Amino acid sequence: MKNTFIGAPMERREDLRFLRGRGEYVDDVAMPGLLYAVILRSSVAHGRLVSIDASAALKVPGVHSVITGADMPGGPPIIPMRLQPLPEFKPFEQPVIAHEKVRYVGEPIAVLLATSAAIGEDALEAIAVEIEDLPPVADWQTAAKNQSVLFEKPGTNRSLVFQARKGEADAAFANAPYVRREYFRTGRHYGLTMEPRGVMATWDDATAKLTIYGAAKVPFFNRRILSAQIGLPVEQIEMIENDVGGGYGARGEFYPEDFLIPFAARHVKRPVKWIEDRRENLMAMNHAREEECDLEVACARDGTILAIRGEVHTDMGAYMRTNGAVGARNVSQFMAGPYRVPHVKIDSSLWMTNKTPVGTYRGPGRFEANFFFERMIDMIAADLGIDRIELRRKNLIKSVEQPYPIAHVQPTDAKDEYDSGEYSETLDRALQEIDWPKLEKLQGKLIDGKYHGLGVVCFIEGGAAGPKESARIEVNKDGTLSVYMGTSSVGQGVETVFAQIAADALEVPIERIHQVYHGSTAYVSDGYGAYHSRSTVMGGSAVLDATNNFMATLRQAAGKRMGCAESNVTLDVDKVNGGGRSMALKEFAGLTAEGAFLNKKHTYSYGAHVAHITVDAKLGRIEIVDYVVVQDVGRAVNPLTVRGQVLGSLVQGLGGAVLEDLKYDENGQFLTGSLADYLLPTATDFPNLRCVVLDDYPSPINPLGAKGAGEGGIIAAGGCMSNAVANALQSLGAEPRQLPLSPTYIWELVQAGRKQAAE
Amino acid sequence: MTTKFEVNGKPVSVDVEPRLTLADCLRHELRLTGTHIGCEHGVCGACTVLVDGEAVRSCLILAVQAEGTKITTVEGLSNDADLTPLQKSFRKHHALQCGFCTPGFITTAHALLTEEPDCDADRVREVLSGNICRCTGYIGIVDAVLEARASYKK
Amino acid sequence: MKLPPFEYACPSTINEAVALLANHSGEAKPLAGGQSLMPMMAFRIAQPSLLVDLRKLPGLKDIKIGPDGVRLGALVRWRDILDDKRLAAAHPLLKEAISHVAHYQIRNRGTVGGSCAHADPASEMPGIAQTCDAEVTVMGKAGTRTIKAADFFQGALTTALKSDEIITEVHLPAWPAARRYGFQEFARRRGDFAMAGVALYYDVNGGKAANAHIGVIGVGDCQRRLPKAEAALNGKTVDEALAVKVGEAAAAEVEPQEDIHASAAYRRALTGTLAERAVKAAAARSAP
Repeated sequence: MKNTFIGAPMERREDLRFLRGRGEYVDDVAMPGLLYAVILRSSVAHGRLVSIDASAALKVPGVHSVITGADMPGGPPIIPMRLQPLPEFKPFEQPVIAHEKVRYVGEPIAVLLATSAAIGEDALEAIAVEIEDLPPVADWQTAAKNQSVLFEKPGTNRSLVFQARKGEADAAFANAPYVRREYFRTGRHYGLTMEPRGVMATWDDATAKLTIYGAAKVPFFNRRILSAQIGLPVEQIEMIENDVGGGYGARGEFYPEDFLIPFAARHVKRPVKWIEDRRENLMAMNHAREEECDLEVACARDGTILAIRGEVHTDMGAYMRTNGAVGARNVSQFMAGPYRVPHVKIDSSLWMTNKTPVGTYRGPGRFEANFFFERMIDMIAADLGIDRIELRRKNLIKSVEQPYPIAHVQPTDAKDEYDSGEYSETLDRALQEIDWPKLEKLQGKLIDGKYHGLGVVCFIEGGAAGPKESARIEVNKDGTLSVYMGTSSVGQGVETVFAQIAADALEVPIERIHQVYHGSTAYVSDGYGAYHSRSTVMGGSAVLDATNNFMATLRQAAGKRMGCAESNVTLDVDKVNGGGRSMALKEFAGLTAEGAFLNKKHTYSYGAHVAHITVDAKLGRIEIVDYVVVQDVGRAVNPLTVRGQVLGSLVQGLGGAVLEDLKYDENGQFLTGSLADYLLPTATDFPNLRCVVLDDYPSPINPLGAKGAGEGGIIAAGGCMSNAVANALQSLGAEPRQLPLSPTYIWELVQAGRKQAAE
Repeated sequence: MTTKFEVNGKPVSVDVEPRLTLADCLRHELRLTGTHIGCEHGVCGACTVLVDGEAVRSCLILAVQAEGTKITTVEGLSNDADLTPLQKSFRKHHALQCGFCTPGFITTAHALLTEEPDCDADRVREVLSGNICRCTGYIGIVDAVLEARASYKK
Repeated sequence: MKLPPFEYACPSTINEAVALLANHSGEAKPLAGGQSLMPMMAFRIAQPSLLVDLRKLPGLKDIKIGPDGVRLGALVRWRDILDDKRLAAAHPLLKEAISHVAHYQIRNRGTVGGSCAHADPASEMPGIAQTCDAEVTVMGKAGTRTIKAADFFQGALTTALKSDEIITEVHLPAWPAARRYGFQEFARRRGDFAMAGVALYYDVNGGKAANAHIGVIGVGDCQRRLPKAEAALNGKTVDEALAVKVGEAAAAEVEPQEDIHASAAYRRALTGTLAERAVKAAAARSAP
């Protein structure tokens, strides 16, 4: 296979429509006879749902109907978990609409259908809801008291404890020459997408077929859930993935609205569209990242890490969402990051609280683990008087140790190992890029009123979740080729990347690949989707398999039609040649073959972040002077888009490290209700960022050698920024132990540090 | 209320409720769906259009306020034949991923470069700070706008 | 977040506008740039029954500069202030403060009158009006009246405006060329509402500061002047040590609020830091 296109920084095909405003997102799709759905959401955090009276709302002109749980025969269906679907989680899963209780501000109570969204919103105010307040649980410590429980049946607010184990940690601690123990916290934030969510559903009574627009991420899985909930065979449900305005782990999981809107369409036998507004999105899209960690690290005096032990507590919100357990599980399994740690004992508790439920956000659990552990490393280095870079080098896993087994997690029986790589090389490269020797004398110095600090951290990124992905190749009427994918697009450039892979595999010019179609259930028989940075590895490898099968199918058909041996058939741009004869490829229009890639192993991309920042200690303001990410991705299919993933995820990570914070008061009332409250990074916040993408160590587990690489930028941002702040403010004794690094927090650290120095 | 204005060089007449925003009017009455809605409270910039050449948030303007104005949307800054120099620069610098914020950046950048073809990187960043992108991290966008300056200079 | 229903009028004269407001018993609101009112309506915090669009009203878009100072028409936009080269000399403090307002697109629409009528405690324009002893001219069914800034801004989102009145002009007194000034604010991000901001000026009399005006924005429920901090500055030679003292006085004088962006203690300290830095910036400006 020639590599003409793989590895080339090709400009994206998607851009041609996006730049012209011709993308088609779900709200751009018109449908005659549409009713608009607006959702009445709880303004109470915890309460008994006594009654819903929609009679006044129904009288508002333009209102068609109001749907509640009472309209669902047998009660509202429950949304099952997609990942880690353990029986322990079942009592905590979410009904598609509030049933007997409300458990978070934002929980859907009723769906109102009207001729316009504006009329719908007018009429919402007329729905009378009676709720008996129950004591709210607004943090994990209150949850742990189990005095006010969200779910009576299990009688506890802890849905599960994950246990990550390796070796014999307690024994290692008992004999350790040095132990450091710290308590850390990461604040709640989420993968806000610029396009809020949306679902449009049409019901064809004649064919008993449901068509759903606005699918994303895991449409095949969601179709199976909906089929079971709504009582329709999967063949009667089509999920169409339009253009998608960002995912980051949050969009595309099965949410209540993914049942409510199709149900409404079938119930009223009219097309129904729901477009989430931003106020809703802040309180209804999966939250993430709120964890507290009591962590101990044991070392030898020379800095060799011996063991880690600790407890993590994740604030899960009110229900276990489809992928809600991933972050809490990952933080326990990946606490050690890219470091060699022979003994691990981490217990990760999942606490239900009266807040928006939690799901994944890019680098779930890994962002938190990186912050917890990398802060510890800097603290330990200072204690032991060892250079913090040398301490990292000493403990980074070496290539000769690969594959390197990591902590084993129960009760999911999750065993894993890192695949390949020399982690110290990306560290060395990052230090070289930023010119560390020149900068190191600036550490902690006060220059022109600002303290200079350097942060350096290492990370691993897991990707390529299996078990399988599908692709299909078909000859079009004009002899060009179309590629159909089971993976989804969330904006990452799949239409271009898969065209590159297909073109190289078939050895045709890339223009012969007419179009890459993604995500919709009509395209392949079985697909999985876009999550855990899997699309290039899983989808790309499926494309390779599909091209192999396609060529075999083409050879068979061409051999017959041209009367030659199959092995003599070749494809040359738009011609099929064999046995001295030649036919145009378009004569084989309709010829199609599927391919699949099965995979049980994860890929582990890795790298380092190094940052030079200044801190104005009086304002608590951080400014980035220079920030370098170096990441080895195994194989960069499109270096342009890989760089975009690294830098884009880095800025998201910096947002989580410095700006973004979803806040509740002690009554579970949601306080960050607008984009003036929830602060996203803008063009002026984090300038001076750069990245280097390497592919020195391909992954052995897939034919492309690629590793999932969309999350490395985000994973280490919190660890790097907090270490940089600690480094800058070392003379003031400021040690950050929580994120975000808001101005108030930095100022408080400085005051506390000064006070301690005075005592 | 009947309101008359011009969009992308063509006269339009719409009969709409006063409460219909210009953003919703463009998208649903005129079916120009390139202008996107990201927040409806004037923060994200996805809805940016040009009114008489000035970049404004169309979610904060009523359609009826557009009476007598000349509006340009992303569609009016595009053609079928080829990408414009600004669009080419965006593509070259990978200044978009999911594409949802992109029309707002194109209209804003066009307004800035038309008025200030000599703007520097700080000015570009400052002006673009009113548009939120969640995918790219802005580096490519700023590079794209800076490179596009050449095509706006006389 | 679709807007609630309302009626809409677009009068051609100020008298028509006033009559419309007067006839709606307090349920009508004037609409200028809409950059503050529209978001409030999108969240259904404000639900006026009638919007009176002021865009056709004549004579409200001018910036008049003369010996008595700067007169800003109510419909003057931030963009107009930043584009007006005369203001670099005629009122540099105004210009500097307005450069911090919001973002590019907002500055193309937001107006002086709209901002003053809305009276967000963190807005720069009410802060400048307060600090500089501005006068606000309003017109209602009872006629025209002129209100001193200190009397006009009464609290968070609260002004002396009656429901039938609209602002027609904000008048900033003349600015002597030798005046020293400073403006410092700190927001979470560029263009956000400041967690605190300080605008100050003083004149120099016999080598010492005189006529000090120090105003704070974003702290407490309203922009206000800080007389104790001003007293700390007046009559003294301005040097680093004095800047620190003025900062301390300002920090002690304010009543800071706690919110999701800043704690009260931090906000107090921030006020002090910004006041200190504003004094230093003012002193560093050399006389022409």
